[in-house]
Amino acid sequence: MNNNYAITANNLTKRFGDFVAVDNISFEVSKGEIFGFLGANGAGKTTAMRMLCGLSLPSSGTATVAGFDVYKQNEKIKRSIGYMSQKFSLYDDLTVKENMQFYGGIYGKSDAFIIKKTAFILNHLHLEKEANVLVKALPLGWKQKLAFSGAIFHEPEIVFLDEPTGGVDPVTRREFWNMIYQASDLGITIFVTTHYMDEAEYCNRVSIMVDGRIEALDTPSKLKSTYNAASMDDVFLKLARKAVRACRLNNWHETIFSF
Amino acid sequence: MPVVQIVIFGFALTNEVKNAKIAVLDNSKDEATTSLIAEFSNSRYFDVEKNLVSYNQVQQEFKKGKIKLAVIFPQNFSRDLQHLNKAQVQLIADASDPNVANTLTAYANAIIADYQNSITNNRKLPYTINTEMRMLYNPQLKGAYNFVPGVMAMVLLLVCTMMTAITIVKEKEMGTMEIMLVSPMRPQIVVIAKAVPYLLLSIVNIITILLLSVFVLELPINGSITLLMLESILFTLVSLSLGLLISAAVASQQTAMFISLVALFLPTVMLSGFMFPIENMPLPLRTVSNIVPAKWYYIIVKSVMIKGLGIKDIWKETLVLTGMLIFFLTMAIKKFKIRLA
Repeated sequence: MNNNYAITANNLTKRFGDFVAVDNISFEVSKGEIFGFLGANGAGKTTAMRMLCGLSLPSSGTATVAGFDVYKQNEKIKRSIGYMSQKFSLYDDLTVKENMQFYGGIYGKSDAFIIKKTAFILNHLHLEKEANVLVKALPLGWKQKLAFSGAIFHEPEIVFLDEPTGGVDPVTRREFWNMIYQASDLGITIFVTTHYMDEAEYCNRVSIMVDGRIEALDTPSKLKSTYNAASMDDVFLKLARKAVRACRLNNWHETIFSF
Repeated sequence: MPVVQIVIFGFALTNEVKNAKIAVLDNSKDEATTSLIAEFSNSRYFDVEKNLVSYNQVQQEFKKGKIKLAVIFPQNFSRDLQHLNKAQVQLIADASDPNVANTLTAYANAIIADYQNSITNNRKLPYTINTEMRMLYNPQLKGAYNFVPGVMAMVLLLVCTMMTAITIVKEKEMGTMEIMLVSPMRPQIVVIAKAVPYLLLSIVNIITILLLSVFVLELPINGSITLLMLESILFTLVSLSLGLLISAAVASQQTAMFISLVALFLPTVMLSGFMFPIENMPLPLRTVSNIVPAKWYYIIVKSVMIKGLGIKDIWKETLVLTGMLIFFLTMAIKKFKIRLA
């Protein structure tokens, strides 16, 4: 494996019975890259991401994450990645500080590391005063930023973000992306799914999934010229219209609400 | 659902006792005792299960737990009745379930009184048969003897199964479960860590219930406390693994709650023998009651706590619970793995 790649996927496939959720996808993500993983709901993004995170085993194909094989070196992968799920992923009834300690704890970090890092994050997010406030009392935008800090608490090589900015206002989204850039500057590879096309423009490279396959993969500017489109929004619409299966998926309500 | 309810409420949930197994110790073997014993076996309330030959056997039979009532005739029963117009009969009931004991002794007394009347008919001097009753294990017929073991089974099941199922499913709903699954923590460790607090809580609960029943309800613990605690921990583990199984199988807190209530709580109350005697239920329900873990635990607690029996009298029940533990745990781990794959 080439060591310059944080993630490689080769003909990665996931089947659920007859249904092919992810169909032979292949791509590489370089170290330190911000990689946008787009696609309509039901296109297979989350399934693909779950395979890379070791939450589910591929049906066929190969993939490496941080140089480790997804079939055999699951445990090593888990040590090298951070993950922020689509659902809100902090404990509501723990305080801000306790949540950070929890993240440090499940990754087996030392007490000294946890104390130092928690102080750093609270300072960075200007949350010192709220350190002992229950997370459920915080506004959503703050929670999302905190969840991201949790996902990179253990300083992973790669962080997977599954629709991290869902339901957040544009200002907070901008701040959130500033955090992503800061993490990227530290050398953390970012693998992010989103439905916001303005966010797609922030990525170094973008892949667009349609019906389980990757239909396009390039930098945002090249994609726009290839598809002769004014914005990423147009690129996405041109590609996503090809989809035949989005409408028959059970998460139809998400499709309605996010567009 | 309605069918189940009709069947359960119509047939199972009755306090009436039918076909209770009794043992007879006939020391005189004469005309009067033979016909009285025949009366007992003809009655639909009693089945004469055993004919004993010595008084020592009575205690043994009760220990085995099948016999609910023993009828003991002294020597020379007929002769006493003919010559003194008075005879004695002793009834010993297993009062670890006071309701059943009460009902059975009342039935037995009625049968004896019937017989007494039938032979007195054409005589001036009435025959009297005195019955002497003994309530084994629970001389004061306290209800607590019955409900404390039942409450223990219920509380443990509620705390362990329902709470474990709900908390794990809550993590799934919140998305925090995924966070833990992508972390280097092993899934088994995550699940065990979720179960440990409830195990500890249950042990505290058991101790509290036992202290209350000893000091407030004045219920003695006749058997070994260590054995009782170990058996309770075994039952707790069974309940926990059942909770884990439920949580692995369902996706929402409501479903988890519903399954715990309908599939566990109701059978525990109705089919464990705690409220309604299992012996009276029709065969299908009796069969079903065998898969209710609480039934076995209830028998164990009653045996150890009230009857003061040791492990050699309850090894069968213990084995059943251990089997259930292994089964539920294997199923839960399997389910959990399938979800990951």
